[in-house]
Amino acid sequence: MEKRVSFNHRLLPYLLLLPQLAVTAVFFFWPAAQALYQSVLQPDPFGFDNRFVGLSNFQYILSDRYYLEAFGTTAIFSSLVTFISMATALFLAVAADQVIRGANAYKTLIIWPYAVAPAVAGVMWIFMMQPSIGVIAYYMKVAGFRWNPTLDGTHAMALVVLASAWKQISYNFLFFLAGLQAIPRSLIEAAAIDGAGRWLRFRTIIFPLLSPTTFFLLVVNIAYAFFETFGVIHTMTSGGPGRSTTTLVYKVYADGFVGQDLGSSAAQSVILMAVVSLLTIVQFRYIERRVHY
Amino acid sequence: MSAIAIRNVKKSYGGTQVIHGVNLDVAHGEFIVIVGPSGCGKSTLLRMVAGLETITEGEIEIGGRVVNRLEPRERNIAMVFQNYALYPHMTVFDNMAYGLKIAGLSKEDIRARVHKTAEMLQLTPYLERKPRALSGGQRQRVAMGRALVRDPAAFLLDEPLSNLDAKLRVQMRLEIKQLQRSVGTTALYVTHDQVEAMTLADRLVVMHDGVAEQIDTPLAVYSRPATTFVAGFIGSPAMNMLPAEAAGDGRLTLATGASIALRGVRLPDQGRKVILGIRPEHLAQVPAGEADLELEVIAVETLGADTLAHGRLGGGDFVVRLPGSSMVQPGDRLPMAIEPGMAHLFDAETGKRLPDDAPAAAPSRQAAEA
Repeated sequence: MEKRVSFNHRLLPYLLLLPQLAVTAVFFFWPAAQALYQSVLQPDPFGFDNRFVGLSNFQYILSDRYYLEAFGTTAIFSSLVTFISMATALFLAVAADQVIRGANAYKTLIIWPYAVAPAVAGVMWIFMMQPSIGVIAYYMKVAGFRWNPTLDGTHAMALVVLASAWKQISYNFLFFLAGLQAIPRSLIEAAAIDGAGRWLRFRTIIFPLLSPTTFFLLVVNIAYAFFETFGVIHTMTSGGPGRSTTTLVYKVYADGFVGQDLGSSAAQSVILMAVVSLLTIVQFRYIERRVHY
Repeated sequence: MSAIAIRNVKKSYGGTQVIHGVNLDVAHGEFIVIVGPSGCGKSTLLRMVAGLETITEGEIEIGGRVVNRLEPRERNIAMVFQNYALYPHMTVFDNMAYGLKIAGLSKEDIRARVHKTAEMLQLTPYLERKPRALSGGQRQRVAMGRALVRDPAAFLLDEPLSNLDAKLRVQMRLEIKQLQRSVGTTALYVTHDQVEAMTLADRLVVMHDGVAEQIDTPLAVYSRPATTFVAGFIGSPAMNMLPAEAAGDGRLTLATGASIALRGVRLPDQGRKVILGIRPEHLAQVPAGEADLELEVIAVETLGADTLAHGRLGGGDFVVRLPGSSMVQPGDRLPMAIEPGMAHLFDAETGKRLPDDAPAAAPSRQAAEA
């Protein structure tokens, strides 16, 4: 049955909504509008004046080889981060779901990384992976692997992917664990009696029933990989070496705040917004259909 | 060789023992109902047979094979759960075919078997539906179908009707019984509902605090309950229990001081403390002079077919089942007689039934009365 709330005063509901609306307006609509506005302007070299240039900012970035490269980098980076963090989290959640003794200790430990700020996580990974001082880097050298993320683009990409995925594992773990615990025990037992072994039960019962969680996390993780990994990339590689880890969002920062090319940066933001909206629509329209609720 | 043999099976969680050595031999095709109040260990026992709980001590055999260390899937059993446990993302067909697919049957074989079972359960129109599009009764049927289609050595049913409304429960009860009869598969059925237990079972296992207090046919359990617990649990309303002492002259002295003569029941030696059990349906209203007991009526429940008169006697509640035509009112004093041979005597300390099958004593007592 639908529940309708009635207010005594006509203004009260709007008043109650106001804080949320204000936050959304100040931190989302206003900057978004600013970006949209900036994207059709070109400031003079000293920043005193703006000139309306129509779509030429877009024209410029879309014919820029580096910008198109950043698209590819972002695609690789986001898919790797999403896949690695979700797969690892799912594995850990399935394992934690079966632990009986000390389950809370495991869960707490796995959830902890989420409390680490992106920049701090980046610095921590640098300490471990830096070729000259890193602990893990040292052992890789001992093992005969020439590890050098400051010179090798692939290594740098692996490093930022690892650090970004690691940060997101906790979040995914929490949701997967909750999803697993929401599956009635008797379903698993019924499958066991029907003859399904551990792996078959996971593949045919547990994983399909987790699909709402998986779908939700897919959306969240892609958004995370697109936007929130800025801190990790900035502290670890600054988009280098040689733009090998320059994702779209990092390029917005690099062009706008380092390169002082506000028009181009704003145009990139607008495209980024469009891409994310598109991705979300695609996800909801085409992937959600295959989800069993 | 029995279909299922349970030998001195015990179960402990940590240091707490919850099942204290149950023994049971189930014949092929037999319908066994394990009944008891919640927490008596009946579900645990069933889950040990299914392989969902480890067996702490003792042995369980299915089809002549000790299954203690076998996985559920190696035991060739099928289970119906209280919440049905249907796979929500699969159609009815896939739910029923799941076990067959895993067993590696051919596609045609699976189709044939699922359709045959669906036919039997009137599920054919629903085969392409998902469980959430079915009613409670239909889900129940699918759960039964999933068990039937595999043609297992035994069905294990864990309170399969508890989630249904009263009317559907009665209907499904009959259907389950008929299905089991027609396929002839051994069944272990757990319930807390004594009516379900009585109507379904070939033999009942009445469990209490992890002990099987009595294993017998429903009628035998009803007419000769082995303990005061069984006596109180089977039968509705419950059997009346009165503390008493044997007076030695074929009479019992009740705790209230009243003395009654029991006909058709062997009495223990004088001075033995006993509990006298009388079912509400085994009392009859008689003229005041012939009464064994007198009940002051506190409340009356008219059920139509019969009328229940509630009162207090010897410090406890006491119920009498009277004909539906009875005009008894609260405040009435009801003189009552116990039907001959219908009194039950239990030891006051152990709660165990006193031996009443003494063939030598029975005729002589009848002779004395005559």
